[in-house]
Amino acid sequence: MSISIQQVRKNFGNFSALNDVSLDIPSGELVALLGPSGCGKTTLLRIIAGLETPDSGSIHFHGKDTTHEDVRERQVGFVFQHYALFRHMTVFENVAFGLRVRPKQTRPSDAEIRSRVQELLQLVQLDWLADRYPPQLSGGQRQRIALARALAVEPRVLLLDEPFGALDAKVRKELRRWLRRLHDELHVTSVFVTHDQEEALEVADRIVVMNKGNIEQIGTPEDVYQHPANAFVYQFLGNVNHYQVQVSQGKAQIGHQLFSAEKGAQDGLATAFIRPHDIEISKPTRGNVRGKQDAAFKATVSHVLPVGPLVRVELKVSDNDRILEAELSQEKYQALAIKQDDEVLITPKRVRIFAEPS
Amino acid sequence: MDWQQFWHTVTTPRVVASYRLTFGAALIGAIINAGFGLLTAWVLTRYQFPGKRLIDALVDLPFALPTAVAGIALTAIYSTNGWVGSLLAPYGIKVAFTPLGVVVALTFIGLPFVVRTVQPVLEDLEQEVEEAAASLGASRWQTFRKIISPAIFPALLTGFSLAFARAIGEYGSVIFIAGNMPMKSEITPLLIITKLEQFDYAGATAIAVVMLVISFVLLLTINLLQWWANQRNKNGA
Repeated sequence: MSISIQQVRKNFGNFSALNDVSLDIPSGELVALLGPSGCGKTTLLRIIAGLETPDSGSIHFHGKDTTHEDVRERQVGFVFQHYALFRHMTVFENVAFGLRVRPKQTRPSDAEIRSRVQELLQLVQLDWLADRYPPQLSGGQRQRIALARALAVEPRVLLLDEPFGALDAKVRKELRRWLRRLHDELHVTSVFVTHDQEEALEVADRIVVMNKGNIEQIGTPEDVYQHPANAFVYQFLGNVNHYQVQVSQGKAQIGHQLFSAEKGAQDGLATAFIRPHDIEISKPTRGNVRGKQDAAFKATVSHVLPVGPLVRVELKVSDNDRILEAELSQEKYQALAIKQDDEVLITPKRVRIFAEPS
Repeated sequence: MDWQQFWHTVTTPRVVASYRLTFGAALIGAIINAGFGLLTAWVLTRYQFPGKRLIDALVDLPFALPTAVAGIALTAIYSTNGWVGSLLAPYGIKVAFTPLGVVVALTFIGLPFVVRTVQPVLEDLEQEVEEAAASLGASRWQTFRKIISPAIFPALLTGFSLAFARAIGEYGSVIFIAGNMPMKSEITPLLIITKLEQFDYAGATAIAVVMLVISFVLLLTINLLQWWANQRNKNGA
């Protein structure tokens, strides 16, 4: 089931949640709506579900206009951040709910409901919990039950609103891999909302990056990470250093190195973006501060955080006291043997200077 | 007073009629309150309208108003020349000085109990749970019946029993509107007072004991029902 969103606009009072957003979601894809909180991603998801109505614009499911269809008629599976399970019903009854509320003519028999629910509980690997009540389950289990419940009605589209947002980091990682595998099995068109770029990059076929009610970029995870369309996307998909530079004739100087800005960049002040892992650190060897390492510039180590697979180093640029953050592998860190207050030389390997004013 | 005298005192037709009125009217009042209280709580939590805060505050009025004032005010409103009474009179409906008046008074004093117990539970109900039910295809009625009502039932039962208990013991507001005609609109607490005024302390105590026993049994039953409802819900809580 493909979904087509055309020129959708939604305001809440004076706040504009969506500004004429258009988006096409091909059948069978797993798409992530990614953005900071308040960017309109949840509103867009709720409009697709029919839980909100757009002020203008339209939603089409497989070419059919469903803009004015109620959520009850849309046949969507919706998974909420806080599960929204029915607390007074067993897990089994929760999953069976969507089948039991069907009108008599289309309602499956009790035996059919039983086998269908069992099947779904097996799919989410929780068939042994059928007789428990939701409050007796862990967060991860609840969310899997919520997913089974949504799948019970054989939805044409599966919509997930920050499905792993309320879970702790470890469970979240497990569940998102599991969701990916499940999607590969079922191939139901799915849209999920997240503010976690790592989650979106890992799980989705395509990522829709949103900001302030607009879509900034649509692309595969690789696309948006390697070729961010603008400064917002670049900043949002990972840590980044901001560095004020002077652009003249499309070039900017950082240290003793010239970097070219994007096409169309105006002369004047601009912000250069440098990923922490794109900063190379070396020790000054005697006498060659300005020698063969011409591109490098001096900085002082102001802080070292040596935990985790990557060591984070905070650097203070000697010329202008700006703070840069660098990341290096444990090996490199051991080899360099730097500590606080050391003088080092740094070389940015890759720099992005976007054309837009920042 | 021996057993025979006791039995005679508490089973005279006038006294029996008063039990029927007291418990019957209290029960009807509490049932009406369960319905209207739920409706009031629902409107106060789900809808925005001008004057909502005022209405919310007015719900507590029966708590604060001296019962005698409530009784006199209700009598004035429902008597055949009062605001409401004059509208009902052409249809042959008399409220003041009839058992119906007793029901009206007991409903008035019991309303806040239901509203104030159900309202917080309704406020706590997650919107998402209802949306989940809707996305699974449940109609509004199915959502109410299968999702909302199990959640609010224990609170509604509590509100109902509080309103019922209060109505059984109510004296001040009823005696003004009831008219206090023996066999017709005389409540048991009034009979107790009457006996006390006649210095028949033993008779007053006998009737009071019967009231006490019936009230106790009724409230015990309701509490058991509540316990059962909570138990059923606890699996989910």
